[in-house]
Amino acid sequence: MKKSHILGIGVIAIAIAIIVSTAGDASTYVDFSKAEQMAMNGDNGSIHVVGTLKKNESGEIQEMAYQPEIDPNYFVFTLLDNNNREQKVVYRSPKPLDFDKSEQVVIIGKMDKDHFEAEKILLKCPSKYNNDKLETTEYQAVKL
Amino acid sequence: MIHTAYGDAGRLLVIIAFVTAMVATFAYAKSVISSTRLDEVPVWKRYARIAFLVHAAAVAGVVFCLYWIIGNHYFEYHYAWDNSSLSLPTEYVISSFWQDQEGSFLLWIFWNVVLGLVLIVINRSWEGPVMAIFALVQAFLTSMILGVVIPGMDLKIGSTPFLLLREAMPEIPVWQTNPNFIPKDGNGLNPLLQNYWMVIHPPTLFLGFATTLIPFAFAMAGLWTKKVTEWIRPALPWALFSAMILGVGILMGAYWAYETLNFGGYWNWDPVENSSFVPWLVLVATIHVMIIGRKNATALKTAFILAIATFIMILYSTFMTRSGILGNASVHSFTDLGLSGQLLIYLLTFTVLAVGLLIYRWKLLPSDTKEVSTYSPEFWMFIGATVLCLSGFQIINTTSFPVYSAIAESFGKIINLAPPTDAIAHYNRFQIWFFALITVLTGIGQFMWWKRTGEGRLSTLYPPLLITLILSAIFITMGEVRTISYIVLLTAAVFAIVANGTILLNILSGNYKLSGGAVTHIGLAMMLIGILFSSGYTRVVSMNNSGLMISRSEEFTKNDNKENKENVTLWLNRPAQMGQFMLTWRDVRIEPRYVPEYIPKSWVEIIENDFHAVALRDIVVQDKEYYKAGDTLEIYPENFYYEIEYREPSGKVFTLFPRAQINPRMGLISSPDIQRKYNKDLYTYVSMVTNPLEEGKWSPTEEFTVAMKDTFFVNDYVAVLDNVVRTDKVDGVQLSENDAAVKAIIRVLDAEREYILDPSFVIRNRNVGRKAQVSNELGLRIQFNEINPKTGEFTFAVNTKQRDFIVMKALEKPLINILWLGTFVLTIGFLMATIRRFRDFFRDQRRELATTTIKPKKRTPQKV
Repeated sequence: MKKSHILGIGVIAIAIAIIVSTAGDASTYVDFSKAEQMAMNGDNGSIHVVGTLKKNESGEIQEMAYQPEIDPNYFVFTLLDNNNREQKVVYRSPKPLDFDKSEQVVIIGKMDKDHFEAEKILLKCPSKYNNDKLETTEYQAVKL
Repeated sequence: MIHTAYGDAGRLLVIIAFVTAMVATFAYAKSVISSTRLDEVPVWKRYARIAFLVHAAAVAGVVFCLYWIIGNHYFEYHYAWDNSSLSLPTEYVISSFWQDQEGSFLLWIFWNVVLGLVLIVINRSWEGPVMAIFALVQAFLTSMILGVVIPGMDLKIGSTPFLLLREAMPEIPVWQTNPNFIPKDGNGLNPLLQNYWMVIHPPTLFLGFATTLIPFAFAMAGLWTKKVTEWIRPALPWALFSAMILGVGILMGAYWAYETLNFGGYWNWDPVENSSFVPWLVLVATIHVMIIGRKNATALKTAFILAIATFIMILYSTFMTRSGILGNASVHSFTDLGLSGQLLIYLLTFTVLAVGLLIYRWKLLPSDTKEVSTYSPEFWMFIGATVLCLSGFQIINTTSFPVYSAIAESFGKIINLAPPTDAIAHYNRFQIWFFALITVLTGIGQFMWWKRTGEGRLSTLYPPLLITLILSAIFITMGEVRTISYIVLLTAAVFAIVANGTILLNILSGNYKLSGGAVTHIGLAMMLIGILFSSGYTRVVSMNNSGLMISRSEEFTKNDNKENKENVTLWLNRPAQMGQFMLTWRDVRIEPRYVPEYIPKSWVEIIENDFHAVALRDIVVQDKEYYKAGDTLEIYPENFYYEIEYREPSGKVFTLFPRAQINPRMGLISSPDIQRKYNKDLYTYVSMVTNPLEEGKWSPTEEFTVAMKDTFFVNDYVAVLDNVVRTDKVDGVQLSENDAAVKAIIRVLDAEREYILDPSFVIRNRNVGRKAQVSNELGLRIQFNEINPKTGEFTFAVNTKQRDFIVMKALEKPLINILWLGTFVLTIGFLMATIRRFRDFFRDQRRELATTTIKPKKRTPQKV
């Protein structure tokens, strides 16, 4: 066999290894019911949940608490997933600065008993002037 | 008045540019294809050249029109209104040019024109086929900013930057009452982009993108005209130039991210970052196979494939970042202009054209007669290029997740595929090994190339190996590197520096001009060492151990204290211990335009929705008076700086000013301040602040009536009325002889120190005036309300509010300067290699000209 053939086979093998291993790292978009199921089955992988903030009629955000004077690294809020299921979410980092303005929130993390433990929050904020434009920002709770 | 002329001219010029690009494509192609009669070739060529020159002039005109509209603040245009404002300093008016997609396309088009003109001048012999490709690319790019609607088909081609506001947003009701309405001011530039790096980063990056077209165009031209090896010499210097510029552009972006965004780092493996990095990796691989492609047929074939792949990757990145397909996946927000279809056609056209041509000509490419030796430099360079490509493949595969989802969706399947949650860990897991391998290969390759280290001469590699082992052992011990992958990467990088350094010393004694490769490799290895330490050994300085977690003390200590405690709360003027530092938040400062330092916010009154402030006192900075009380000064209205004093154990004090920007569009945006030492950076940013423009909510007034020396409780503090004294000076009040004023001296006791508040009570022209005192440290406002002469008691009105605080985070990044130093070395190496290859190219061209002038008869046009 020629060296170039061996090299070619090696490259293909590595490429396949990359694809397989990457697929193992991939996360999925789910809703809270599915997330709960996964946690109960002992599936510890991080997942994405897309949802909106719980608001009352006048647009004020409900059930959200951030008290930096007590603990700057603890932020809790309530998210409604696409099936309108409510869930308490805990984010162990400061509250993202433009959180209140966001329309859509993507949380990344996993269910932990009574709440969803978010490692990362993605926000989609409506631009003040163009309602058809959405701006995305990302926040991450940094691990120790 | 609405200045329609500039917009109309701009649109017309875009159309002219588009049409001339197509004409030039056709005419240049006509001058190349074999069916054209030989005597007509120069005619077509001249015709094509004129078309391209008109195109160039039109593009220059478009650029001028758009710049004129922005520079003169014609807010009747959507582009000017959306991206600039009156308060924007001149240098940033330039960057608002490319803030939106149309402008950045225009920048790209502009660079292509410049490069095209240069190529016409210096590469006469390749002009026909190369410029045909160039002009075709220009036709596609200009079509992106056409903004023409095909009547009857409801088909929009491109998005023009010359839309009037009323055309861009017809739904706003103001047009019905006043169709000539012009906004007084624009939206302004995204504050994150108001940074000098953002003035030079986009042009550099787009020049990088634009230059990748050149190796591609030469490869295509080589296939087209069957000059399958000759294309490498003119293309190689440009490929090197492109890699240098694109690399510098990417690194500028990384540096900007480090300095301005609070990602906490320079590289986030964000899709937008990746999509410019992958083409660079492929381009670097291309350069290596091009260098050996003249000797080795397998490398030549690979050079074709990779030159095409580089350009296709650029198009693919453009598609990903601009079609809105990335959606949730990126921090960079690119809006979808509805160009997805057009971008896809652009991508597919060139993919099909290039791949098709390569397959069509494949048989013409030479084959190797005998197999390449494992001991040859070609073999090792080829392996290096392969690893570079695999590294790029891994990155683009993960980055393409949203694309896979979109493709699956178009087939009716929902696959719910989300990117890996910890992107950085995911990419590093692969890339550490790839780059360890790449750095080792740079050393081996150079030794094979220059020292003829081959079969039986492997011993030449022993000295650098020995030195490497000793040095890395020292570094690993001293740096306390314990992770296996880090140890491997560090050793590989040290080997690369030692091996390439040896080669460099050897070449320097001969011809230094040839040492570009070795220098570049050393730069790369230095960067990797810098990245390894600064990212792998980032230390959080701001660990929150204040024990404030009374409410959830159990949660605080669970999991071995591993809960996230990386942010600390600082109260105004209250020192707090953080690691070895004693930290105090002193003040909020603002940034005047013509004063060398930030000044306390309390010195001025900021005028709302404007970029001016009124001085409340004389503004003296560094012993120089800049403004008198009452003067108006220009400021950067969005920028607030938080003065944080660091006291080291030795007693040395330094101050950092992390910034928070308040933008009506984006809310609060935080940027770090960095204390730079030769061996590490201390990186500090505010994670949360109370809006400095809002005063905060005062509690309802509470009245206290007390006698002298009485004690009372305000906002959980003990307060003592120490004295009431006559005064003849009250801030902000002019007192005349007949007026009388007294002030109360109230001592407020806090845990650590005492504060004195002295509200005044003034009788002036028989009217009572009360001058309250506010302490932001205490969240307290006291007003002297009444004096009761009968009882000798005094009444005070007290309001309380939340004390001012910030939440901040501090990181220590060791050895980051090695990374920045490495980027300089890398760039210099690329520059040296580029210059060398351009010299070679010009030398050969002169030689060729000298030989071809002997036989000009062949090309003499025959009279018809």
